[in-house]
Amino acid sequence: MGRTSDDESTEVVEQHLDFSRILKERGVSRRDFMKFCTAMSAALALPAAYAPRIAQALDEVKRPTLVWLEFQDCAADTEALLRAANPTVAEIVLDILSVDYHETIMAAAGHQAEEALANVVKEQKGKYIAVVEGAIPLKDGGVYCCVGGRAAVETAREVCGGALATVAVGTCASFGGIPAAAPNPTGAVGVKTAVPGATVINLPGCPLNADNLTATIVHYLVFGKLPATDSLGRPLFAYGKRIHDNCERRPHFDAGQYVEQWSDTGHKKGYCLYKMGCKGPETYHNCPSQRYNETTSWPVAAGHGCAGCSEPMFWDTMTPFYRRLPHVPGFGIESTADKIGAGIAVATAAAFGIHGVMSAFRHGDESEGAKED
Amino acid sequence: MAKIVVDPITRIEGHLRIEAAVDGGKITDAWSSSTMFRGIEKILKGRDPRDAWFFTQRFCGVCTTVHSIASIRAVENALNIKVPTNAELIRNIIIGIQNVQDHVIHFYHLHALDWVDITSALKADPAKTSALAASISDWPNNSTTYFKGVQDKLKAFVAGGRLGPFANAYWGHPAYKLPAEANLMATAHYLEALEWQKEVIKIHAILGSKNPHPQTFLVGGMAVAIDPDSQTALNADKLIEIKRLLGKAKEFVEKVYIPDLLAVASFYKEWAGIGGGVGNFLSYGEFPQPGSGKLWLPAGVIIGKDLSKVHPVDHQKVAEYVDHSWFEYSGGAGKGLHPWEGESENKYTGPMPPFQYLDTDAKYSWVKAPRYQEMPMEVGPLARVLVAYASGHAETKAAVDGVLKKLGVGPEALFSTLGRTAARGIDCLLIAEETPKWLDQLIANIGKGDYSAHNNEKWDPASWPAEAAGYGWHEAPRGALGHWIKIKDQKILNYQAVVPSTWNASPRDAKGQRGPYEAALVGTPLADPNKPLEILRTIHSFDPCLACAVHVVDGNGSEMVRVKVL
Repeated sequence: MGRTSDDESTEVVEQHLDFSRILKERGVSRRDFMKFCTAMSAALALPAAYAPRIAQALDEVKRPTLVWLEFQDCAADTEALLRAANPTVAEIVLDILSVDYHETIMAAAGHQAEEALANVVKEQKGKYIAVVEGAIPLKDGGVYCCVGGRAAVETAREVCGGALATVAVGTCASFGGIPAAAPNPTGAVGVKTAVPGATVINLPGCPLNADNLTATIVHYLVFGKLPATDSLGRPLFAYGKRIHDNCERRPHFDAGQYVEQWSDTGHKKGYCLYKMGCKGPETYHNCPSQRYNETTSWPVAAGHGCAGCSEPMFWDTMTPFYRRLPHVPGFGIESTADKIGAGIAVATAAAFGIHGVMSAFRHGDESEGAKED
Repeated sequence: MAKIVVDPITRIEGHLRIEAAVDGGKITDAWSSSTMFRGIEKILKGRDPRDAWFFTQRFCGVCTTVHSIASIRAVENALNIKVPTNAELIRNIIIGIQNVQDHVIHFYHLHALDWVDITSALKADPAKTSALAASISDWPNNSTTYFKGVQDKLKAFVAGGRLGPFANAYWGHPAYKLPAEANLMATAHYLEALEWQKEVIKIHAILGSKNPHPQTFLVGGMAVAIDPDSQTALNADKLIEIKRLLGKAKEFVEKVYIPDLLAVASFYKEWAGIGGGVGNFLSYGEFPQPGSGKLWLPAGVIIGKDLSKVHPVDHQKVAEYVDHSWFEYSGGAGKGLHPWEGESENKYTGPMPPFQYLDTDAKYSWVKAPRYQEMPMEVGPLARVLVAYASGHAETKAAVDGVLKKLGVGPEALFSTLGRTAARGIDCLLIAEETPKWLDQLIANIGKGDYSAHNNEKWDPASWPAEAAGYGWHEAPRGALGHWIKIKDQKILNYQAVVPSTWNASPRDAKGQRGPYEAALVGTPLADPNKPLEILRTIHSFDPCLACAVHVVDGNGSEMVRVKVL
């Protein structure tokens, strides 16, 4: 990476491809590039003034190698990568990161593929980035996931053990995820548990938001160190705040306005999904601000509650998904919710229907004279 | 005779290993093995059936909607829940664009490099490439300047000396037949398709929050609220944006994918005689019409390549065998079990890693062997298209006959590696052209004042019977997908998915009958056993999806330990 002393000794000429040149070759204007840098500074929760600094850091990039390992996965994190937010430039970021191994996209197969991975581990020890997607099964000698006849845990120890840093993408690689849900039939764990000595950044989410992966790498390039994390190894810039505290439907929660039934008036008016089982109050993730598919939407905006997918063991702790959380700390709103919820849901819905009240959503409607239901 | 191993098979979803016996430059026998197991169905036992779609969606992140659809249909079937018109149409749109996007990604990003030699594109004449492109399509990006630009980028990339994901491949292999210009054209479209796929799939985000793994499915309907007078619900703005994206999807399929497919196929006609497989085809049919429930694409079974007869599908005739799979049935070996009665305990008996070869005479895969009336079945776009064609489905018949005529081959050419790849294109085209009609119907229905997307009658589990059983079918991009569920006391008693790649990647059964991949590989020529490009061609023609294929059903009775925090 741009700032490590190892790069000074890099004799491979092609590694000195600078970002500006690649951008030019790719037909990306400086303006588009700066737009991307501004977007990145937003993803990183930095003031816009950081954009030039991000641009400068990317200019100095020396095309580090990235290998992407898939174990007990469903490839959704790989698919998320294909939908990365700022498409043209996100691709370039991946291009300048020479992706030497990625089963889902690479042209080579079989032993030629495994040879590509072995070469990176041997020739670039301590310099490459490892990305891991999927959990790693430890039970019964690791027989539940083998690639090229090798157990996943062996490959992970070798590849992540020799990496500059490992990024665990998605909840499976971070914490074990769905294969680790009770009764965890295969003894599945996250990377940090399988390879305790490795430097691991966790980017959970089911799947992860690819913007957070790009931002993590950019963070390293800008600051020369990995981002600060919480006690679960998640970068604070992306997992530092509760969904509930940044939710666009939060005013409705505070006002006691809830969706009581799918497709009811409250649902149409964008009321709070807490009673439909939303796990936003116990989930730390930047979904409300970063959103998905080039900021098109995110679960709560589209009418379904948050499932808590960035939290460890959410498959066990956040289910049943449609049962509301018993305790929402910090606001004492629970009693309000209960009061409205207990037996008078029908009355509430009727009230909405008849009077079309609630100034909160009246503001939400664009037209002044929005027809009352 | 030599035994060769390709592990990992790359450019697929999941972990697949092929072992093949080779003699005299031809494959004489083959074994398909999946080497990863998670046990999600075991994890499902005892949980809320309304949550099942969320879990099963994680079978696969590539075909990211299909298990959600099959799951909610299974629960709705068990509980006899009728879905509102809007929800049915929204599901059809979500399914439609999933199929279209998935097929295009498969062709360009997973399959094309088996036929397209990227390094040869460096030698192409951009002017001739432009002429070639203009001769097959009026797609705007076909100028000399455009192709020169793509070639220059490619040159700069190669000059960098580090080929990244394109390193170590089989470039220059004698089985690559395309002229340099066709290679350059396909490479340009590889890059364009990469841009296109993330645009058109925003339909999933608009209707269902995000892709991959849209979060919007509900037993009884969909979680999207509909109200043209609300800025938070599905309104005119969003519907028009979906319309635009569906148009963009259709245009690319018509003007880029299909012309490319035909152009590439015309250089590889010998592959219409290779990779035939088991010759039996199963399709569950898809796209229920609101109200009637009639399927737009018909269901059916074709046996022994006989297109003169389409048999009706009966779910009771599906059974799974584990005689060559790492599971154990309590009733002993040699018998198949219907999914409702399905039971299994995973029991690995293969070699301990690291290993060189699997013991293919014994058990050798995490995939079970599903059979229909004891016969192996191929599923997927080819099965779907053949069943529709043989059933006299008008749109399919016209499209298939058109493609066969352009390639100058008869219907028998469809039973092949090339036929499978061509059928995927036909399937994609038909669905890309039909999906906008469901959007029109949705708009018309909303216009009538129907804003409901969910049937709440049986949302509360207290309204359910003590016991229920059901199944849900879906034609996923990769073919016939079925989920079977048993519900007891509001919880999942038993859950089983028999998925497309379980059918296609199946190992041998109790009778020793090969699965479709295995059968298709027998007879495939191999120019260089160290570079088994031909194996990739045939295996990729099925579009394998292995994370889906491996699953386990928990037997009735074993108590599950659950971590309960709530």
